[in-house]
Amino acid sequence: MTEAEAASYTADEMMAVAAARRLEDGAVCFVGIGLPSRAANLARATHAPNCVLIYESGAIGAKPRHLPLSIGDGELAETADAVVSVPEIFSYWLQGGRIDVGFLGAAQIDRHGNLNSTVIGEYERPKVRLPGAGGAPEIAAWCRETFVMLRQTPRTFVERLDFLTTVGQPSDSNAPSARGGGVGVTCVVTDLGVFEPDPETRELTMTELFPDVTADDAREAAGWNLRIAAAIQLVQPPAIDELEALRALKPANQQTVSS
Amino acid sequence: MAEIVPLTDAVRDLVRDGDVVALEGFTHLIPHAVGHELIRQQRRDLTLVRMTPDIVYDQLIGMGCARKLVFSWGGNPGVGSLHRLRDAVEHDWPAPLELEEHSHAGMAAGYAAGASNFPFGIVRGYEGTDLSTRTNIAWITCPFTGERLAAVPAIRPDVGIIHAQRADAAGNVQLWGISGVQKEVVLGSRRSLVTVEEIVPELEPRPDAVLLPAWTVTAVSVAAGGAHPSYAHGYYDRDNAFYVRWDEISRDRDGFLEWMQRHVLETADLGEYQRLLQAREASTV
Repeated sequence: MTEAEAASYTADEMMAVAAARRLEDGAVCFVGIGLPSRAANLARATHAPNCVLIYESGAIGAKPRHLPLSIGDGELAETADAVVSVPEIFSYWLQGGRIDVGFLGAAQIDRHGNLNSTVIGEYERPKVRLPGAGGAPEIAAWCRETFVMLRQTPRTFVERLDFLTTVGQPSDSNAPSARGGGVGVTCVVTDLGVFEPDPETRELTMTELFPDVTADDAREAAGWNLRIAAAIQLVQPPAIDELEALRALKPANQQTVSS
Repeated sequence: MAEIVPLTDAVRDLVRDGDVVALEGFTHLIPHAVGHELIRQQRRDLTLVRMTPDIVYDQLIGMGCARKLVFSWGGNPGVGSLHRLRDAVEHDWPAPLELEEHSHAGMAAGYAAGASNFPFGIVRGYEGTDLSTRTNIAWITCPFTGERLAAVPAIRPDVGIIHAQRADAAGNVQLWGISGVQKEVVLGSRRSLVTVEEIVPELEPRPDAVLLPAWTVTAVSVAAGGAHPSYAHGYYDRDNAFYVRWDEISRDRDGFLEWMQRHVLETADLGEYQRLLQAREASTV
């Protein structure tokens, strides 16, 4: 890959690279399908070869050679250290408190990191019926921390969620941390930059901007008055080795995947 | 003791209109052939239970077989929406669909409780979510620690239906790979049907395989290739291209009905359906 080729990358690729960089080598990671799976596999292919990928289908320590289309592709089972049943993965492993990082997508997020993956519009008569909770509520509550990936628009970054599917940060009254659970959402990666909760107010605050993105771009793409960190960091564009590894992650037996 | 019967007979004898029916299989080993047979036999008013209602339930819902859906994640994995499920929820087409939704952990706990003959399972979740006000759970307090937990009612379907790799002539069932909640749904259901890739004279023991003894299963039917477009580990791969194609097939009502008419209603059984599908694929290559 030439430097000119490396300079032309997509917003989704920048997202995957930025999220992958945040995964530490050796982290035990509960991975959702789509953007999170792409980022987690990129981390494993680059700086975090000892990352343990856990898929909710029961595959523990999966090392897929291709990007899986579903969370239960055969390749995940074939390359896993162990395959367990679905009741076991959610009880012994997730709620048992053995996962470092949960990795989720969502349709909507609010300033506290709460997530909606259930409906757009009224519950009884939704404008858009979304897939629903899946593993997300327990992933966010019981992984030590949770990363979220979603594209940022005023329709996804909302003042008020249409439905609260997943609690972003446990409050004092339901703090799972007191019982060995996690601290909730610690990082949100969008196509414009990275957000982290303010240490005091816990409100999501933009701490990193992607190349060629301004703080005003980010403000316009949010449905609430965004907080931007005073010392905002500028993210390095994808390096050649990151892009090469990302583009080598091909889906299994079909041409295109919408993530 | 399991009876080995043809699939059409098993569906006719075991599934009645109005039943609570769970077709399980978490991405792997989804009993698609049974879904098609339910559609051919025009079962109605079913309460369909399944953690991940993907294509198999999109077809049953779109063909008007369902009254209610109990589920935790309803999408076409890695592809997008289930258009028939969405049309039923958003526009009551072809009929209104009542929903009871949980998280995956909630459904899994409900199935485990069903298999254990407990009244409920417990989950450390739902706290603070809107889900808790929309679904069928109750809050309980741990008698030992005082911790607040969500109780999820046991899932005990009238009929539990799964697909597995193989059975022996006595009806002992062997299943391996991603095993989802298949053991739980068979043990927790009043009646059960297991379709298999093949019936072999003797089951070789396999490490880590799930074994359902013949005396836990009501009926076993041979349905080779019956999980397609899902897969049977060791027999055939997941047809990811079909999941992508389903997005197009199911997008509008007419296209969906035409496809179902041609591929399911007008085919007599699994074999005819497979021959039609293969002929079409050969002609489009």
